[in-house]
Amino acid sequence: MLRRALIGLLLAAAPAAAQDAPARVVSMNLCTDQLAMLLAAPGQLVSVSTLARDPMSSAMAREALAYPVNHGQAEEVWLMQPELVVVGAFTAQAAAQMLERLGTPVLRLEPAYGLADVPARLRTLGAAMGRQARAEALIADFETRLTALREELLRRPSAALYYANGYTTGDQTLAGEILLAAGFDNIAGDRGGGQLPLEALAMAEPEALITARPYPGASRSEEILMHPVVRRLRAAHAASATTGSDWICGTPHVLGAIDQLAAFRRELETETE
Amino acid sequence: MTRALAFLLPLVLALSALSLSLGPADVSLPESLRALLLGGDGPLPLVMREIRLPRVLLALMIGGTLGLAGAAMQGYLRNPLAEPGLLGVSASAALGAVLAIQTGVSAAFALALPLSALAGAVVAVLILIVLAGPRAETLTLILAGVALSAVAGALTQLVLNLSPNPFAASEIVFWMMGSLADRSMLHVWLALPFMAVGVLLLAGVGRGLDALTLGEDAASSMGIDLARLRLRVVLGTACVVGAGTAVAGAIGFVGLVVPHLLRGVVGGRPGPLLWVSAAGGAAMLLAADIAVRLVAPDRDLKLGVLTALVGAPFFLHLVWRSRGERA
Repeated sequence: MLRRALIGLLLAAAPAAAQDAPARVVSMNLCTDQLAMLLAAPGQLVSVSTLARDPMSSAMAREALAYPVNHGQAEEVWLMQPELVVVGAFTAQAAAQMLERLGTPVLRLEPAYGLADVPARLRTLGAAMGRQARAEALIADFETRLTALREELLRRPSAALYYANGYTTGDQTLAGEILLAAGFDNIAGDRGGGQLPLEALAMAEPEALITARPYPGASRSEEILMHPVVRRLRAAHAASATTGSDWICGTPHVLGAIDQLAAFRRELETETE
Repeated sequence: MTRALAFLLPLVLALSALSLSLGPADVSLPESLRALLLGGDGPLPLVMREIRLPRVLLALMIGGTLGLAGAAMQGYLRNPLAEPGLLGVSASAALGAVLAIQTGVSAAFALALPLSALAGAVVAVLILIVLAGPRAETLTLILAGVALSAVAGALTQLVLNLSPNPFAASEIVFWMMGSLADRSMLHVWLALPFMAVGVLLLAGVGRGLDALTLGEDAASSMGIDLARLRLRVVLGTACVVGAGTAVAGAIGFVGLVVPHLLRGVVGGRPGPLLWVSAAGGAAMLLAADIAVRLVAPDRDLKLGVLTALVGAPFFLHLVWRSRGERA
């Protein structure tokens, strides 16, 4: 009884949910942060997650400085009195459920598994935020630039994506599609993410090795990128490039990653000629 | 002893060959051995020399020294439950290694990694021996080990959770369970000198441990310097466990199971048991490392998972038996 009264009180204190465009939106996930920053009307986005300011992970770290940050906890987000909370499909689930119990609308946005998901996510979030027109403009721009980046190629050099703990991503991932769009052939083939044994990498002898930039603070997991085999591969023939914050989320910023990687491929081709 | 070694050494050799022939790159054993010994073109010699060879060498070195250290600790403490993994020595060594990596000292000075793990192991063995006293009561020993493991494990997790590196926290599993995946010759060279010193120290304790079975007074009257014996066991164990843990994480139960299985073969004498256990430990870890690759070829199943599955029932059996003895 007391609990119900308390929840009723809290609900009454919250601003009545607007029918169409929510006036106060809070994002709790690195990727939804960036989509929300692109889509939001001035003043509409109240807070982004703390990761959005991390230049290692966020392609919009500078833009994120303009917003107060949250740490993915239900209490702090509730106190921001949001009319819409946006979370990823897999992160901060406990906080999201708590906010739903308290009566706040929560949108769970799946991560982008490929380039085609970028327009789809923009459209979904745009509709939820009442910013359909802005979403369509972003999508049109994204598609024009993506078509311009794709080129006809005679030869696709082989490449491997190699991350900490010997992890790789195949064609069925966002990073894999970036690699394909930039004109490379992924040695991991038509698959999702998974382990690429060091032996398999050595035997495949890819022409290009694309690794992640090491994070601050040492770790054993990243040590594999300095393994003598990987080092030899780099020295012998594999040109190497690094992935950055543009690669992580399915936002229009992936075009920057494709553009950079394609330039790297052209450089590689002129070297081998 | 010679009869046991005549069986164990060929077993170790066969397991080493099998381990060398296992891997995602599908090549026959003769072909891979040729690439290993003679080199040649293509990536195969690189795969054999930089990926598979260090893996086999580390399994031999770490398994052998864990068996040796287990036998030495059991002989000195005159308790079949003594083992570096169970008593928190490996966990303390792991804490030392984690501190060296997370503070960045090991990046500046490579030997800092095994040295720091060694320091962790020395502290742990000293605490154990002081707490358990010269004639180790099972209960005191196990409780001291539980406390040490808990403290070292908690501090390791604290350090890794506070790291700014997003991968650090997931490495808790490696430090607790151990793995030989994707190690290089660099790690072999890093561990080798410390293991050599440790083995030399433990090599000399056989006679003392044999004498100690008659009691401390009898051993002293036979001319055994007990203080020196203790120092050798402490430093020797710390050296081998520290070096092994620094490169492959904490691998438990090898030092418990192997001496237990082989004690009957040498008539229960702790001296000869040292060498037989070293060979047995190498065989056990090689077998475990082969098994993790057969069970889950494309994911890094941790070694400690297998050694614990084999070892924990032994441990329960030993606890059961020691309960019967006290009653």
